[in-house]
Amino acid sequence: MLKRHSSRFFLFIALQLALVCIMAVHAVERKAAARPLLLEKQALIKTLELTDLCLFTEARYTRHPAMADLHAPFQDGPLSFEHFPSGSLMPPQPHTVGNKP
Amino acid sequence: MIEKQRNIIDFTLSSLLRRKGKNSALVIVYTLVVALLASVIFFTHALRTEASLVLQDAPAMIVQKLVAGRFDLIPLAYEEKINNIRGVNAVRGRLWGYYFDPGIGANYTVIVPEAEQPADGTIVVGEGIARNRKISIGDLIPLREQNGETGIFKVTRILSASSSLVSSDLLLMSERDFRLFFNIPRTHATDLVLAVGNPREIGTIAQKIVTALPDTRPVTREEIGRTYDSVFSWRSGILIVILFSAVVSFLIFAWDKASGLSAEEKNEIGILKALGWETSDVLLMKFWEGLAISLSSFLAGLLLAYLHVFVFSSSFFQPVLKGWSVLYPDFTLVPFINASQIATLFFFTVVPYTVATIIPAWRAAIIDPDAVMRA
Repeated sequence: MLKRHSSRFFLFIALQLALVCIMAVHAVERKAAARPLLLEKQALIKTLELTDLCLFTEARYTRHPAMADLHAPFQDGPLSFEHFPSGSLMPPQPHTVGNKP
Repeated sequence: MIEKQRNIIDFTLSSLLRRKGKNSALVIVYTLVVALLASVIFFTHALRTEASLVLQDAPAMIVQKLVAGRFDLIPLAYEEKINNIRGVNAVRGRLWGYYFDPGIGANYTVIVPEAEQPADGTIVVGEGIARNRKISIGDLIPLREQNGETGIFKVTRILSASSSLVSSDLLLMSERDFRLFFNIPRTHATDLVLAVGNPREIGTIAQKIVTALPDTRPVTREEIGRTYDSVFSWRSGILIVILFSAVVSFLIFAWDKASGLSAEEKNEIGILKALGWETSDVLLMKFWEGLAISLSSFLAGLLLAYLHVFVFSSSFFQPVLKGWSVLYPDFTLVPFINASQIATLFFFTVVPYTVATIIPAWRAAIIDPDAVMRA
């Protein structure tokens, strides 16, 4: 039935496309299922008046980048370099650079 | 017409299979590059979307006090001055801080909630703390206070694991315990949180606060939201390094292709032309060759990236993301993916490869078959 290379190739691509469609359906279902969990996080943020995601807990300016002070990378001294690994993942925040108050 | 295309595809695939080793290596590397790029795009977009959704109820404005460029405790007397500004509905002192636990070498975020405050002597902990310290409800936890003494706190609740992306390292305690624990006077708070009636007035209110209290710095909800856009934008930190390495990989592909076809491939084209193939047929063959490799690698890379980020919790990124953090939240992102992300990925991966394949093929296809075969 699939003696020709082209038939096998099209079947392979069709299989991959079918998996991509399954991926899309899975994403839609996961999004719907996650709605109550997102609402739970939203409620927790409102109740506890949180300002940041708990992603990098190693330094205070990576744990709470939104609350970081204007001299965050130099917290240990005016000439000290940024030394936490997360610092290479996240640049200074928009409100900590420029002329904003 | 369709039969002609199928015959060309049959021939193209046979030709690819003749160089099985080289082409398999190409497909594997190509798939991995697409998977890496797609993982970064999926991960950052999902995290940005989740941050913008969950942080939309963050405080409208936080006012911090700065001393010598650093935060300081803010006097609660500032509350009244800020409350007098038109548009401010309410001002409240927020109490929070950090506690370094030498037992596991982790930093906790200690917070005094306004509502549902734990009773004195009791605490509520995030899932990350409970997991790392193997804490259960009812356990007594010793914590070293500011004055050097050890306070014993009873755990009454563990925050749900499903909220760990925002609460993994939280430790909630009562106001009395917090003030005793960190030795903070009743006249001060960590910062002030404001409720503002009209969100459009937030900018004006922030300016008025800075004018009235020059030693303060307001942080608005909009700035909080922008923070995560900026942290996980394509220009930020390691993301640009990954994008750069992907671009370099494609440059190597392109160089390999653009520097010309192998003698074997040229000979094959020469024979085909001598047998009566037109230049357009040769180009068509090369087009199908490029498409077979790039499309199958693209789709495989896309699927791998989806599994990696949304099923296996971005496990390859975790060593990088964790850094020195001891408490890392255990979370699986919600798959916020859209067609534009996939189209962007397609444009940056399939198009350059196809273009790089067609040009040298065209150069080889227009040369005289006799010259190619004699070479």
